Amino acid sequence: MLKINNLHVKLEAEDKVILRGVDLKIGPGEVHAIMGPNGSGKSTLSYVLSGRDGYEVTAGSATLDGQELLEMEPEARAAAGLFLAFQYPIEIPGVGNMTFLRTAVNAQKKSRGEAELSAGDFLKLVREKAKTLKIDAEMLKRPVNVGFSGGEKKRNEILQMAMLEPRMCILDETDSGLDVDAMKLVAEGVNALRSAGRSFLVITHYQRLLDHIKPDVVHIMAAGRIIKTGGPELALEVEANGYADILSEVG
Amino acid sequence: MALVKAREDALAARLLALAAPDAAGWLATARAGALARLQAMGLPARRDEYWRYTDPAVLNAPDAPVAARFEARDESAPFDGMDRLRIVFVDGVFDADASDDLTLAGVRIERLATSGTADIHWAQSLYGVLESNGQMPVARPFAALNSAFATDGVLVHVTGKTAKPISLIYVHESDTSDAILHHCIKLDPGAELTLLENGPAAARFCKVMEVDVAEGASFHHVRLQGRDHARHAVTHLFARLAARAELRSFTLTANGRLTRNEAVIDLAGAESRAHLAGAAVGDGDFHHDDTVFVTHAAQACESRQVFKKVLMNGAVGVFQGKILVKQSAQKTDGYQISQSLLLDEDSQFLAKPELEIYADDVKCSHGSTSGAIDETALFYLQSRGVPRAAAQGLLVLAFLAEAIQEIADDTIADDIRDRLERWLNRHAAKAGK
Repeated sequence: MLKINNLHVKLEAEDKVILRGVDLKIGPGEVHAIMGPNGSGKSTLSYVLSGRDGYEVTAGSATLDGQELLEMEPEARAAAGLFLAFQYPIEIPGVGNMTFLRTAVNAQKKSRGEAELSAGDFLKLVREKAKTLKIDAEMLKRPVNVGFSGGEKKRNEILQMAMLEPRMCILDETDSGLDVDAMKLVAEGVNALRSAGRSFLVITHYQRLLDHIKPDVVHIMAAGRIIKTGGPELALEVEANGYADILSEVG
Repeated sequence: MALVKAREDALAARLLALAAPDAAGWLATARAGALARLQAMGLPARRDEYWRYTDPAVLNAPDAPVAARFEARDESAPFDGMDRLRIVFVDGVFDADASDDLTLAGVRIERLATSGTADIHWAQSLYGVLESNGQMPVARPFAALNSAFATDGVLVHVTGKTAKPISLIYVHESDTSDAILHHCIKLDPGAELTLLENGPAAARFCKVMEVDVAEGASFHHVRLQGRDHARHAVTHLFARLAARAELRSFTLTANGRLTRNEAVIDLAGAESRAHLAGAAVGDGDFHHDDTVFVTHAAQACESRQVFKKVLMNGAVGVFQGKILVKQSAQKTDGYQISQSLLLDEDSQFLAKPELEIYADDVKCSHGSTSGAIDETALFYLQSRGVPRAAAQGLLVLAFLAEAIQEIADDTIADDIRDRLERWLNRHAAKAGK
């Protein structure tokens, strides 16, 4: 599904190198987790994959089902099936959440040559998905993320994911700022979307999210590179001993 | 002395090019008074405080600049399909054939052109009166010029709740038309009127509307200026509100080389409310100026000024807005916001927000901002699959939303949103984005 080869990235403005040769391969239906200390490049990886401005790819490639992502506009990446759940979802005053969701769903359908959803069908679908995430009608009416609590923002991200049905989902520190109950709710939302054709890349600092979203593979990232890959036990090791052991082990 | 002489010469040249209206009846007296006011103040110049951001040269010139007539063929005319009483002016002259019959329950509609020669008329106490009151502390020479030379317009006396809006439609035919229109609208206690205005009007357009809103009466005004690009227009809305009266005025401006919209509102009666809003969109050779003066003279009145401008390719937006709270106006609630969204680095927004407060128990807030489109929000939308141009359109409409929300009628608000969306699409396409 997602293949990243020797990806090198620097910040455009500061000429600062962030990623120094990331290699990653995620198969269909797999859930991968990336852990790593602050500043290791985890969030940068998610932004570069989804096409945010301000980064320059100096070497390497990233493909989704064989399509080169890095040359595409962000909207084309989304249409190709990529989704990023933001660490800090953006507030958009003046744009209703419902309008936003419907515009996004129909834009993707249009770019894939599919028929747009009618207002009625859309409403039915969004209400059904919102209900399982405990998102009420009031939240759907409000402007996108404006005045939402941390938990509401993250649930709103998962709602967008559920509506857009991407094949490759990147979750950037989705657990940050969440209490235990909110994290459980978000994790349940994610687990409900797991399927043989949909893959996940879960970026997190902590093992606790991975208690709820069980990964198949865990990667440790440091200084812009993936330095160790293993099974779920790797996350437990980090939780118990921190990153120091692994970092010194790799040198 | 040279400056004074230059002003005098400019005014003399301007007056020479204007046809002196027939003199008789109450209107002749009102015109003479207005002419005296104009002669005392002279035409405006760039060095005048309220003309620093807008060059009045084209408005001062004896002849109107040539402007080809414009007809939008790609969308329906505004307010089409609405049940309304249509009053049509072609190059500033009433067109009876194109207009509806001027009868409507609860309203008496007359033409200025045929009512001015009477000895007495209710409009005597309004025509040029609010304009004259509005000349202090800021001179408004084109309003005085209008009162002195206007020969057409409507005199509307609203006695009850009108069943449908009155719609003033301004048609532009001649390339050199120089139209001057003056309307007077008087609402009796408890009366209600919605007034709609649209159309390119003329090559050069000067308009004054004086509105007297009596106790508990309500005046709604929605105006669409555009999409004629060659327009030069200066308009004035003078309104006086009695106790518990309400005024709402919204203006959409799209295109136009020069548009100056002045609003002078006097909250004279307790608990009256005035909401003024404007959304302006300009691309390239566009200069749009909102100059607003709201006076709180009575207790517990509320005023809102919400003006938003979207500017691209060197377009210029101006906002000069003032809230004056007199000592008698305790419990005032005043709000003013002027914002511009600059879609590129060539465009410009010039703002002069002012508060002058003499009462001590007052709530007044004002803000003015100027900024680019939020790139983070743009990326967020794109990452959800919304193409960049559409995402930008969505954010621009979101920016304008607060102004459009001031329109009381949802159907009109939706229509205006659609028109703005189409305008944005056309201009995004032109920019090749």
